[in-house]
Amino acid sequence: MQMKLMSSSIGRKVLMALSGLFLVVFLTQHFFINITSVFSESLYNTLSHFMGSNPIVQFLLQPILILGVVFHFVMGFYLEILNSKSRRKNYSKYSGSENASWISRNMIFSGGVILLFLVLHFIDFWIPEMNYKYVEVLPQDPNRYFEELVHKFESPLRTVIYSISFIFLALHLLHGFSSSFKTVGVNSKYYNLIQKFTFLFSLLIPIGFIFIAIFHNLTS
Amino acid sequence: MKLFLKIWRQSNGDSQGSFQNYEIEDITPDMSFLEMMDVLNEKLIIEEIDPIAFDHDCREGICGSCSMFINGRAHGPDTGITTCQLHMRKFKDGDSIVIEPFRANSFPVIKDLVVDRTSFDRIQHSGGYISINTSGNTQDANTIPIRKEDADNAFDAATCIGCGACVATCKNASAMLFVSAKVSQFSYLPQGQVEAKERVLNMVKQMDEEGFGNCTNTGACEVECPKGISITNIARMNNEYLKAKL
Repeated sequence: MQMKLMSSSIGRKVLMALSGLFLVVFLTQHFFINITSVFSESLYNTLSHFMGSNPIVQFLLQPILILGVVFHFVMGFYLEILNSKSRRKNYSKYSGSENASWISRNMIFSGGVILLFLVLHFIDFWIPEMNYKYVEVLPQDPNRYFEELVHKFESPLRTVIYSISFIFLALHLLHGFSSSFKTVGVNSKYYNLIQKFTFLFSLLIPIGFIFIAIFHNLTS
Repeated sequence: MKLFLKIWRQSNGDSQGSFQNYEIEDITPDMSFLEMMDVLNEKLIIEEIDPIAFDHDCREGICGSCSMFINGRAHGPDTGITTCQLHMRKFKDGDSIVIEPFRANSFPVIKDLVVDRTSFDRIQHSGGYISINTSGNTQDANTIPIRKEDADNAFDAATCIGCGACVATCKNASAMLFVSAKVSQFSYLPQGQVEAKERVLNMVKQMDEEGFGNCTNTGACEVECPKGISITNIARMNNEYLKAKL
């Protein structure tokens, strides 16, 4: 089915949209786990330990997530290259802001910033986690997660970098989330409702992540 | 008014092309943009300079021939109009105006501001029709009950004049608004259902073969469309395409 879709422009966009929606689902669960760190150290540790030790999460969902992330970025850059090739000679004057938002015209830029953030995020959390569990094979400690999180956000620089990245995430979501529904063909009377929901989601989730980062920086 | 024009000149599709500067005076606010171009061309002819080639036909916003990109926008600084409906009152005395052809690989330049939009014709030929018996025993269309909402949507989609402003303005040079309008004008109606699946598959296939870009839902096309074709047609076509493909 995937090859069938990859052969057409609409199909490629649909796969891009579906991978984006999948990442939105992951982002939501990531947020709801992280927000527990603000009000309950033990709940955050319990949830993190479950995610970090459950074999289904570790050996099935985690590889699917990584595949989804890689696919979304590779496909995004591939489509951008294809699109730029469709107009070899550019306009000398192009007033793009007259008819489309900056956000919708610069998804590759906001996506690129998010990619850089993910590299930092992997270095900060994912690589040490993989090292702890699968390289050094250290004994399991269900209570280490909260301390590790707080320790990272003691740095004001990291807190600022994370906060700026979440602003770009919000920009990316503001266009990408509702646009994904259009791409997969949602054209019903409920579309206005979807648009309102995606607008709220795109603001609240990144603001929530910024709040978590600043909260731990100020309380550490 | 006096205007400073910077116009793209290209003798044919194989030549490089470049901008040339022109000054023009005695332009009145009531003139249409094409009339201003006529005045300039008359001046160039008197000066024995090759006049500027540009597309035009009906000059009343119906044919979709005029195709200029004016000061960074398809059909110039206004919405819901073609270039022939753009009036010089939109400009001020002393303004500089940059005039370019519609730019997309699928719209190659023929000469100056004239581009070849036959890629749209080929998309139409691939499925933008219904095969009905017209031998004299055709059923009266009014005997088929159609919801008012569907009839209105089909009519709205059918107002597309195929001017190509959607492609010209899209940052990806995507033709999705045009193709989706041509698909929707039939798919809203029972007469279009018989060939619905083949239509959407063939038209999208032809669109891809012509080298247009992908739609990223920026919405620029519906803003610049002189007929106000809605971008919801694109979502509708995506839906139809997926059903037909899968």
